[in-house]
Amino acid sequence: MTRTHANHGPVLTRMLGDTGSLIFVVVLIALTVAIPLCNLVAEPGSALHVSNFTVALIGKYLTYALLAVALDLIWGYCGILSLGHTAFFGLGGYAMGMYLMRQIGDRGVYGNPVLPDFMVFLNWDTLPWYWHGMDIFAVAMAMVVFVPGLLALVFGWLAFRSRVTGVYFAIITQAMTYALMLAFFRNEMGFGGNNGLTDFKDILGYSLSSDGTRVALFVASGVGLLIGFLIARFIVTSRAGRVLEAIRDAESRTRFTGYRVELYKVWIFTISAMLAGVAGALYVPQVGIINPSEFSPIASIEAVVWVAVGGRGTLYGAALGAGVVNFAKTWLTGAFPEIWPYALGALFVAVTLFLPKGIVGLVSQLRRQIRRKEPS
Amino acid sequence: MDRFRTTGAARRLIAILVVLGIAFATTAAMAKGDTTGDPPSAGAATPDAQSTPDTPAPAQSATPPVSPAAGDDDAAAPSATDDTAPENEGFDYAGTVAALGEANYPEKRRIVSALASHPQAHTAELLAAFADNRLVARESDGKVFVAEENGNDYDLRDPITFEPAGRASTRDFDPVRTNIGLRQNIGAAQAQLKLSAEDAETRLAAVETMSEKLDDNAADAMRAHRASETDDDVLEAIDRALAINDLNTGDNDAKLAAIERLSGDNSQMVYNRLKNMLILIPEDTADADQARLRAAAAEQVERIDWWRTVYDYLETLFFGLSLGSILVLAGIGLAITFGVMGVINMAHGELIMLGAYTAFVMQQLLPGHIGLALVLAVPAAFIVSGLVGILIERSIVQWLYGRPLETLLATFGVSLFLQQLVRSVFTPLNRSVASPEWMSGLIRFNDLFALTANRLVILAFSMAVFAALILVMQKTSLGLKVRAVSQNRDMARAMGIRTQRLDALTFGLGSGVAGIAGVALSQLTNVGPNLGQSYIIDSFMVVVFGGVGNLWGTLVSGLSLGVLTKFIEPQTGAVLAKIIVLIFLILFIQRRPRGLFPQKGRTAEGS
Repeated sequence: MTRTHANHGPVLTRMLGDTGSLIFVVVLIALTVAIPLCNLVAEPGSALHVSNFTVALIGKYLTYALLAVALDLIWGYCGILSLGHTAFFGLGGYAMGMYLMRQIGDRGVYGNPVLPDFMVFLNWDTLPWYWHGMDIFAVAMAMVVFVPGLLALVFGWLAFRSRVTGVYFAIITQAMTYALMLAFFRNEMGFGGNNGLTDFKDILGYSLSSDGTRVALFVASGVGLLIGFLIARFIVTSRAGRVLEAIRDAESRTRFTGYRVELYKVWIFTISAMLAGVAGALYVPQVGIINPSEFSPIASIEAVVWVAVGGRGTLYGAALGAGVVNFAKTWLTGAFPEIWPYALGALFVAVTLFLPKGIVGLVSQLRRQIRRKEPS
Repeated sequence: MDRFRTTGAARRLIAILVVLGIAFATTAAMAKGDTTGDPPSAGAATPDAQSTPDTPAPAQSATPPVSPAAGDDDAAAPSATDDTAPENEGFDYAGTVAALGEANYPEKRRIVSALASHPQAHTAELLAAFADNRLVARESDGKVFVAEENGNDYDLRDPITFEPAGRASTRDFDPVRTNIGLRQNIGAAQAQLKLSAEDAETRLAAVETMSEKLDDNAADAMRAHRASETDDDVLEAIDRALAINDLNTGDNDAKLAAIERLSGDNSQMVYNRLKNMLILIPEDTADADQARLRAAAAEQVERIDWWRTVYDYLETLFFGLSLGSILVLAGIGLAITFGVMGVINMAHGELIMLGAYTAFVMQQLLPGHIGLALVLAVPAAFIVSGLVGILIERSIVQWLYGRPLETLLATFGVSLFLQQLVRSVFTPLNRSVASPEWMSGLIRFNDLFALTANRLVILAFSMAVFAALILVMQKTSLGLKVRAVSQNRDMARAMGIRTQRLDALTFGLGSGVAGIAGVALSQLTNVGPNLGQSYIIDSFMVVVFGGVGNLWGTLVSGLSLGVLTKFIEPQTGAVLAKIIVLIFLILFIQRRPRGLFPQKGRTAEGS
């Protein structure tokens, strides 16, 4: 996995020196601008019109793509396979969900101005301590990055310090998200148990059901993905990024060279978890619900597959994979619901066996073949 | 005796003569047998019987006695004189039966009890009919019949001879009503009739049924029967029933003696009585006798409480071991594929599921042979899951050796595929696999301790599978080669081991064991497409906790995780217990990344 690095010059050229990344950023910006325009300006019925449904759908894909970028940052560049990244995604989502729950105010079914419906239903009379302050947007947004980050910091520090690697790390992250899922299923946790958080009304005073808010959320997702991508690019093209790759390729050798491997790992793992948390926070208002099934280990593995399908170690490939797989999922579950699990299963097998570098790898291979043919 | 088709008093006279003759013959035989020297009149009269003033000493009277007035409460007064059934002089059987028609509930109870103490040929049938609410009384004269509904009419039978007695409209009759309490009395009376059964089991069951509702009559009958009882178990049961009876009705000394006698008895019944006694006698009672009684009862209650705690712990331990044995079964296949071969097989859960479905299919193929189907399902599931495993290895895993994370993803794809395949073939509905008789119910060790049979069988089965697997790994050439390859693949190949073929076989072995686990699981839960998913994380945990590549480690870790979970559960509830165990595991793996029993040496450093 050799790659040329433009480690000199201005930051932007360094980050976007890679053709794929440049194309990705351009396409992403174009998408973020064009789709809202097509939704708001183009007349319904015209060829250019994009329905509200499609906007929400693509918005959801964008948050998935951000999750995939976060995963690729640790898996593709540092060799850390996390099978529990939806735990961070879910925690970010729950933080956002708590804020949205508090915004409902007395418009809930039970009309309690402070307590969310499910707490009234459970006969609680006071708000649990961790719900305080979540009605303030800034606090909630801080929690979106802080809670997943803290969990990742503690978990990563414990794991990497004792040199839990590879398969073992994958398994304990899976156990972590599984434990969280079980915990959030409990009503006593104060997160709505089985049903999770839902029935959201508005965000920052704007109704969630209005077209304008939807488009704004879409744009926020696009911008979020862009910023997340740029942060990730910044990291992997920096000097530290090269250390990360060294750790991926030869951990012991890097350690013996004098680098504190576990610090690098904890640090990148925490940043990745924060990005995943942001993705979850953008996801929740667009789908309107967050429940414990977001934590399921299966969902985590699916996210890993997006990265593998797109091509790990490229960042934009991960985002591409998230889009492609989820588009296929939406289409197949609608058209042939029986087929989808077969297709997904076959996809897993085919990608690992025949496309070890994913779609991105396939594309560059094709390009190379074409170039080789041209001179002759 | 229905050969004597005579009527009225003559019939009764003949019956009594015959009965007397039999009684003489029986007692003579008994006297010869154990030379106790009892008088041939079989007059082993109990003190109660002698002290009952209005009953003439019956054995001596040769003439048929005139019975007391029918319907009189005294008709039910205890007049039992012997354990042998045919001592019925002095008792107006027919009159007593006739009195049922207009009796109130307490009277009915006494009548039932009296009938059981003076049975005739059809007493059992009569009681059965009574319990089934088939007794009716004619409105006009209150005469009692056994009735069989037939359209708007009753087919009537005489309650004493059970001869057909014509047919009449249901409107002319009132049912002789029963209630729950009375039916219990009837049950006890029916049991009393069985006291003289040939079969010791029947007698034991009879004593136990009687002891649930023991009145004076029945207690007398039991006491009387005790003299002739030869079976130790039955004797013990009688003593116990009588002692419990004493706890209720005896005087202070009798109660004390009963507590003394019951001091080894932990049953719920004794416990309740003693507890009750503690409540009834105030703690600061002035009466010295009462105080002594209370102290004795309190001591026993304390003792039983102690035993209860002990058995509660034992039970929790058993549930823990049972859960552990399931974890071991689920994990042991993975211990081979993951532990020995280093392959992460996410489809492991689905191989378990396939095994469970194999059990289901076997039962469908062999309807009516639940147990046989289940036994045959074990090898069948081994073959099915094993073949699927070999297929997975040959088609996918073999290209990915040395790339564990890729293997993980690919096999996860296989697991999705298999799940959907099962959904398509068997529908997404849960199927239930029937349990054979020897796997259902409780195995009772004593009054406080009983284990569920299916869990016990699965525990034993799990240990057997483990032992077999250890044998395969230690004693067969396959096992030797597997160990060699797991230690040093290149060297093993250099020594002439065909590693490719061996990989397939090893993977098949691990998968086949997963299938066997599925058969066992089918006895505990419903079989559905998601069965495997719920076990995959647990299985990995067990293997990693035990130390990868170490079958014994898997056994220890599975059992200890099971026990740990079950001991946390009472305090926290099942879900929280599971979360706590998971957190414990995560922390443990971080302390000791290579599990409880890590592999040592150069080979362990590879992965």
